Amino acid sequence: MPIVLKCHSGLGPTVTGTALVARDNFSARYDLDRLQGTFSRPAHKLYGQSYVDRILVLQTAKGGVASAWMLREMAARGMAPKGIIFDRTNTILAQGAAFAELAMVDRFEAGDPTTLIRTGDELRIEPDKGLVTILNRD
Amino acid sequence: MRLTDEEKAILAGEAGPARRWAIRHQIAVGQFFDAPDFVPVGQAHIMADTESLGEAGVAWLEALAALSEPERRVRVPTITDPRGLDFATYKRLRQTDAMAAIEARAIAAFEALGVLMTNTCINYQTVLPPVRGEHLAMGDTGVVIYSNSVQGARSNFEGGPSALAAGLTGRTPRYGYHIDAHRVGSRHFEVRHRPRDLADWGALGGIVGKATNSYWEVPVLSGLDSPPNSDELKHFGTALASFGSVALFHMPGITPEAATLADAFPGRPAPQAVPVGPSDFEAFYAGYAASGDRVDVVVFGAPQLSLIEMQRLAGLMDGRRIHPDTSLIVTTSPEIKFAADRMGLTASIEAAGGIVASGVCFYQSYAREMAEANGWQRLLTNSAKLVNIIAGYGYKPTLASMEACIDSAVAGKVV
Repeated sequence: MPIVLKCHSGLGPTVTGTALVARDNFSARYDLDRLQGTFSRPAHKLYGQSYVDRILVLQTAKGGVASAWMLREMAARGMAPKGIIFDRTNTILAQGAAFAELAMVDRFEAGDPTTLIRTGDELRIEPDKGLVTILNRD
Repeated sequence: MRLTDEEKAILAGEAGPARRWAIRHQIAVGQFFDAPDFVPVGQAHIMADTESLGEAGVAWLEALAALSEPERRVRVPTITDPRGLDFATYKRLRQTDAMAAIEARAIAAFEALGVLMTNTCINYQTVLPPVRGEHLAMGDTGVVIYSNSVQGARSNFEGGPSALAAGLTGRTPRYGYHIDAHRVGSRHFEVRHRPRDLADWGALGGIVGKATNSYWEVPVLSGLDSPPNSDELKHFGTALASFGSVALFHMPGITPEAATLADAFPGRPAPQAVPVGPSDFEAFYAGYAASGDRVDVVVFGAPQLSLIEMQRLAGLMDGRRIHPDTSLIVTTSPEIKFAADRMGLTASIEAAGGIVASGVCFYQSYAREMAEANGWQRLLTNSAKLVNIIAGYGYKPTLASMEACIDSAVAGKVV
């Protein structure tokens, strides 16, 4: 039986993909080289790693209003993550996901998703149902 | 969400496709945050620099701008945050004609929507200051935290698409800081070292922001025996929002929603305070220290300078000369730039070798491309917000007082 995690209902379509997890935060403006598709802020725990087509699992969204535009712009160039899972998002990333039609969920019943999900896990996010399924583990 | 008849009509497309997109977007966001209904807003403020918009964003705006006038005009006063470049300075900063061209397209689209191109992140000082209890849809985290905390207005961080949606519908979903229950203190800090200058106020914001680290927490700062001025609160708030994603703070006896410490924590005792003392400030500065390093660029901005900051800066630079290998950039709003021109302040700064750019705020204006084109790496500033942001663009930032920034710019190295 795959592991099913219940969360608040989210935004965007149902997606499947591979998790990239860190106990760190997220801002498209502060943390990313959006042309290369990598984390570029040296202090970020995912520094140097590619986020393209991954499902990011992070703690919270950080300051910077620009991320609301940037997710859609990244998606238009095919350089976006497939989805983002937060422990708790701020308003900007939720608005950005709505604008970009990107899958995003947060507020898990079992606690902080960065401790529940591991890098490399195969995930399915169903935002309308408020469910994240870890497909490769029981 | 409960919708009024008017909102149902907008959703049905009776007010055109732009407003139908806007209310659909707002309902998606409102449902995500469990908003019960909409609340009318007095103003909207849009962060939409072209670096963030990209070609995709500008083309999207142009499609809205092509609608008929009744379908495309905003319904409440809607103003803008700093732009991607200043047409008067972009060649000196080695920004490109392609950047200027996409900027011009974005401006034309916004103007067609009836948006006022104020191009400022200090609108609370210079355009139409928010009022206590007024519901707003403000973009720019620094604008939101100042409006909420110092002026007692009510706004969430509204990203560009959401702020534009609010301008088009004249309302925003009622969640987060529109609701009384979210506006009470949740963390307590005691300031045991009063900041001495604007960089220190930013550092305090950074220290509290790192410790708070959540949009949904409201820090309360006790220990301040007299009010900071507007520029000091501006630097404090922008850094707090930048480091911690924080949208509201209280300073008992100073900010309007907490006359006393007890007011800040209604219905429960104030939690034990986390002290913030001299060693916290020393550690904060030490994280960015670079004594003796060559300085490539000195930046005053983030947030844009008030007229009072412009006067101080012009006084410090008067009769001095910036080192030939160092660039010095000052960013302010168009209105303050006109005033600074008229009062001779711009002339003093530019005679010393500085560049005064208007309607921009440095980090929102292709900072990575400017660094590559100009060979910049070591950046010195008195803005704690800027040192937090700019490392992601490949700079090595150092925080120092306005005086130390000028001395270093003259010497060409960190003094």
